[in-house]
Amino acid sequence: MSPSAHVLAERLSSPPVERAGPFDPYRIRRDFPVLGQSVRDKPLVYLDNAATTQKPRNVLDVLEVFYEAANANVHRGVHYLSQVATDSYEGARGKVRQFLNAAHDREIVFTSGTTDSINLVAQTFGREHVDSGDEILVSAMEHHSNIVPWQMLCEEKGATLRVIPMNDRGELLIEEYERQLNERTKLVSVVHVSNVLGTRNPVSAIVKLARERGIAVLLDGAQAVPHFKVDVQALGCDFYAFSGHKLYGPTGIGVLYGRSELLASMPPYRGGGGMICEVTFEKTTYADSPARFEAGTPHIAGCIGLGAAIDYLNRVDLEAAAAYENDLLSYATDALSEIPDLRIIGTAEEKVSVISFVMDGVHPHDVGTIVDLQGVAVRAGHHCAQPVMRHFNIPATTRAATAFYNTREDIDTLVRALHTASEVFR
Amino acid sequence: MSDLRELYQQVILDHNRSPRNFRIMVNPDRTSEGNNPLCGDRLNVFVKFEGDRIADIAFQGAGCAISQASASLMTDAVKGLTLREAESLFRKFHDIVTSDVSSRPDSDGIGKLAVFTGVREFPVRIKCATLAWHALLAALENNSQPVTTE
Repeated sequence: MSPSAHVLAERLSSPPVERAGPFDPYRIRRDFPVLGQSVRDKPLVYLDNAATTQKPRNVLDVLEVFYEAANANVHRGVHYLSQVATDSYEGARGKVRQFLNAAHDREIVFTSGTTDSINLVAQTFGREHVDSGDEILVSAMEHHSNIVPWQMLCEEKGATLRVIPMNDRGELLIEEYERQLNERTKLVSVVHVSNVLGTRNPVSAIVKLARERGIAVLLDGAQAVPHFKVDVQALGCDFYAFSGHKLYGPTGIGVLYGRSELLASMPPYRGGGGMICEVTFEKTTYADSPARFEAGTPHIAGCIGLGAAIDYLNRVDLEAAAAYENDLLSYATDALSEIPDLRIIGTAEEKVSVISFVMDGVHPHDVGTIVDLQGVAVRAGHHCAQPVMRHFNIPATTRAATAFYNTREDIDTLVRALHTASEVFR
Repeated sequence: MSDLRELYQQVILDHNRSPRNFRIMVNPDRTSEGNNPLCGDRLNVFVKFEGDRIADIAFQGAGCAISQASASLMTDAVKGLTLREAESLFRKFHDIVTSDVSSRPDSDGIGKLAVFTGVREFPVRIKCATLAWHALLAALENNSQPVTTE
């Protein structure tokens, strides 16, 4: 590589981010350009982080550098830019591996997002291992993306989807789960952190109970990785899925971690370029993981952007950030509890800073509109988790979800706006 | 606060709190269903005719204040109208809530429905205001398929 190639690769793989000192949310905020603006003539208070997070400057920069100076297709290119693009793309895979503490790069498959990752497992591992009469176990608090792919598979195979129940605090009943595991159970697919309730599920115990019985486990980590450190080897799970855009990276990029023994034995997902070993009109042999699962031109810029987001996180004291967010959660929970006729949905002992609530006499969509007029972004609706709404017998909730760049002032603004909502509808 | 009061006018809040004609009608001539699955607004409309006039109308359902108040005010507004008159009122209402914010809204002849003028400032809420009307139109056209405005 020429010196300039080194410079280019350096700019793409290790973007300059100021080494953060002690965790300081006000300093972190300055790294996120979106947060500095006003909406509806009010300073933006962004509390829709469970839907998607904002992007730090270094992620935006890397996307620009890629398209301005390094854009080329990856793999098999002999030319200079293709080599830079390939190195950066595979470099991002290495960053994800480190981030999850996976054992090998080949255990990291790039997908379009958590939904795609789960569908990949359903269509490969699932179709291979699940037969008529078998059971797949999910939990009562799943996002639709961890229900529908399994329902489709069950319908195709004549298998049964079973559901781990939860209590009214939004905690899974682990004794019940243990009783549900049997010789027909082929896969357990459970959310690590609920996108509605904020519940942090006891996934170590869930994995252990299944693995002892030789049952594979997939964890949907979309809402977990933005809030705390995840170690897939310590968890012992077989699959772990998450999305880049909820982790301060670009949309359209996601990750499936799979244990290498499993990935090696799985059939391909989609057919196409890049996933083959050799093609003739009579027969095709397939590449090894991860290429086997990455047919077609990948979202190269997205992967590099996700790598940059991980670079950013590596410079933040994540333990301090998690403690800070826990403090924000307590602060917000206390403040919201003082609003008349407001009820928090999801009061698990172990939860992250995702707070769903309902207000008597004010529909969540009206709450959403009223707080939006104060510049506060929250989400209102069923959050792609209609069974959770049914469990709590409510049509929808309003959800405020923090990230490490939110502050107590953000919560204060939300609370003031909710008081207004309460007054308007009194 | 002014934008807020513009959207959530007292009439809307009142009809949300105490919706009119909110009941299941026994033996309606026509019924229809409106359903916005993404946001969860859902309602049923029941109509009874005398000749080509809407002799009675009722609705039942659940949703946000805009959708509930719109359904309630609609039932009051179309009772006694002919099919043609109801359709014409729907068009006027639709024009107002979807009109450009810079234009002066033409609220002639729509009476209380003018309180929904503020909705045009909130494009994502137009579907809430128009759901009941689309359901009514489906009932008038004897279309049994659930309608949606999403």
